[in-house]
Amino acid sequence: MNLILFTFIVLLGFTSYYFGRKKAYTIQSSNKRLTALPQFYGYYLAIWCAIPAFIIFSLWAIFEPTIVKLLVLSDYSNQGYLDDELNLIYEKTKSLSRGQFTGEITPFIEASAEKYLSLRSIAQSSKAVIVLSIIIASVAYAYKRISSNSRTREPVEKFLNAVLFTASLAAILTTVGIVFSLIFQTIDFFKVIPLFDFVFGTHWYPAKAFVRDSSEALDPSMYSDTFGAVPIFAGTFFIAFIAMCVAIPIGLMSGIYLAEYASSKVRQYAKPLIEILAGIPTVVYGFFAALTVGPFLKELGTSMGLEVSAESALAAGGVMGIMIIPFISSLSDDVITSVPQSLRDGSYAMGATKSETIKRVIFPAALPGIVGSILLGVSRAIGETMIVVMASGLAANLTLNPLESTSTITAQIVVILIGDQAFGDPKTQAAFALGMSLFLVTLCLNIVALRVVKKYREKYE
Amino acid sequence: MIKIKAKNVDVFYGKKQALYNIGLDIEENQVTALIGPSGCGKSTFLRCLNRMNDVIDICSVKGEILINDFNINDKSCDVVRLREKIGMVFQKPNPFPKTVYENISYGPTIHGMAQSKQEMDEIVETSLKKAALWEEVKDRLHEAGTGLSGGQQQRLCIARAISVRPEVILMDEPCSALDPIATAQIEELIDELKKEHTIIIVTHSMAQAARVSQNTGFFHLGHLIEHGSTDKIFKNPDNTKTQDYITGRFG
Repeated sequence: MNLILFTFIVLLGFTSYYFGRKKAYTIQSSNKRLTALPQFYGYYLAIWCAIPAFIIFSLWAIFEPTIVKLLVLSDYSNQGYLDDELNLIYEKTKSLSRGQFTGEITPFIEASAEKYLSLRSIAQSSKAVIVLSIIIASVAYAYKRISSNSRTREPVEKFLNAVLFTASLAAILTTVGIVFSLIFQTIDFFKVIPLFDFVFGTHWYPAKAFVRDSSEALDPSMYSDTFGAVPIFAGTFFIAFIAMCVAIPIGLMSGIYLAEYASSKVRQYAKPLIEILAGIPTVVYGFFAALTVGPFLKELGTSMGLEVSAESALAAGGVMGIMIIPFISSLSDDVITSVPQSLRDGSYAMGATKSETIKRVIFPAALPGIVGSILLGVSRAIGETMIVVMASGLAANLTLNPLESTSTITAQIVVILIGDQAFGDPKTQAAFALGMSLFLVTLCLNIVALRVVKKYREKYE
Repeated sequence: MIKIKAKNVDVFYGKKQALYNIGLDIEENQVTALIGPSGCGKSTFLRCLNRMNDVIDICSVKGEILINDFNINDKSCDVVRLREKIGMVFQKPNPFPKTVYENISYGPTIHGMAQSKQEMDEIVETSLKKAALWEEVKDRLHEAGTGLSGGQQQRLCIARAISVRPEVILMDEPCSALDPIATAQIEELIDELKKEHTIIIVTHSMAQAARVSQNTGFFHLGHLIEHGSTDKIFKNPDNTKTQDYITGRFG
């Protein structure tokens, strides 16, 4: 029903566009100058069709349920029901009308279900009638109004402006919403666990919190030595560091090779091949790290007399580094390529060799972009989840030995939220606290990245 | 005295021939102007003289170019040394995204010409003085070279080119992006520089060629139509095409 109505409105929109344009042509053919291109007259009418439709649909969506509910429940008023009971009756009514009611059907409920259905169908058809008549009225009004000297271009441009603004607003509001959903749970978490213990505690063992008796759930003393986040922060940065040790040199050098040394033919094939790396799902990297690299490192280490854990930070970090290579190489390639040829010519004409030119002229000029790509890689490394879950182990050891297993923020969030959880439990809320800290870290990183980039921009442009 | 001698130079961009059998002698410590309509090959010829065409993959150069009687197209020629001897100034000012000081010290550094900071300071100062820029930038040596005005940037590029004391300076329409005042400054500078350097300048402005040069070569469609003393080319050219171009009938 709604779909048919919607299709109909869209068709009406097209029709009004057509009529608007046609009227513009008619005005034009009577040798009058238009104030805008004929299309704008069409768009203008289409907007007069779209806006009322949108307003009525939204109003309907907001008020229909409330009004229907009031009407259905009016039968029960003055019978001494409590609000909760009324709500329950209404829920039963709704599920019965959908045919999903499983309990005992009383004649009362059956009657209200019938009333509910009839009200809904009245609402639907009146919506259709109202929408269509208002649209037609508004389009007809606008159609009559447009003449050779009426303004149509400006309203259309304004409308586009508003649409684009709404789109960007949606993205921003989503971010704000996510932050808020994190904040409240995080605040609840820190009501039970002192911030100091979380930030400076060196023992992370959330499973300990789970087995406790629920009557003790809000007793802070029971959680001491359980949610100390230092080991997992250390693990996160340590693995990210290993990853960047792999990704920065290889990515940067391959970027420089592609941009400066590779012939156009090599570049044509090599660049897409490197970018394939970026297309591999991280879960595939994860089992590559867990089943190939991890055991290989263990064997290699054993043969050299070292003790290597099968799930080592080195395996996870190394594979993560490989995953990040294409980001850095591709971005730095783009940045280097966009350094103007005139700078290269200037350097070559001074008698500089290719490597001198790259080192002294091109690299500094491309530095802001390169730093940006590296920081992008770092935030990828910190936020990466699948590889560490699969390959770096889940026990939060506080260690700086790359051959041992460690754990990261993201992996711990996964561990906590997998399977059944109870909301309001410090263990679950710990995941939100971790998510919040992760968000703050990447936020700081992005701010630093922007600062760095801006600073070099000022210096070089 | 002849500084540069080009013999039978052909240049190809892929299959397309850009220069046909160019033969041209360039006198030492004089200014030679290369004129001609757009796309006639004068810039291409200029870029042959310091082998800048090497940078373009599809470009190939045939024939002999003798500088101090040494063929620079020979395999034994070291391009780095060649370009140290033959400086170049481009159409658009292209200072490096570095400070004024670093722009000048770039060449001397990569060629190891200064043993100490003092020597380098001296090179920077003399180069900037020769380029008539010292007074304007002496207080902002450590600010970005890209922050200077267009005319100053071009003089910075000239200073950069002379910092390695080249024997020849190639100028590829050095004033085309500048206003008349900056152009006049650069022309004055060219006149000064010819005492120590041999200068070859590509220009679109006939008036500029007449003002600054002693010798002129006229290119058309990849051929060197006529060359000789600027006086003769402008007052009494042998070829009717030259005559037509100079009097503004085409190009």
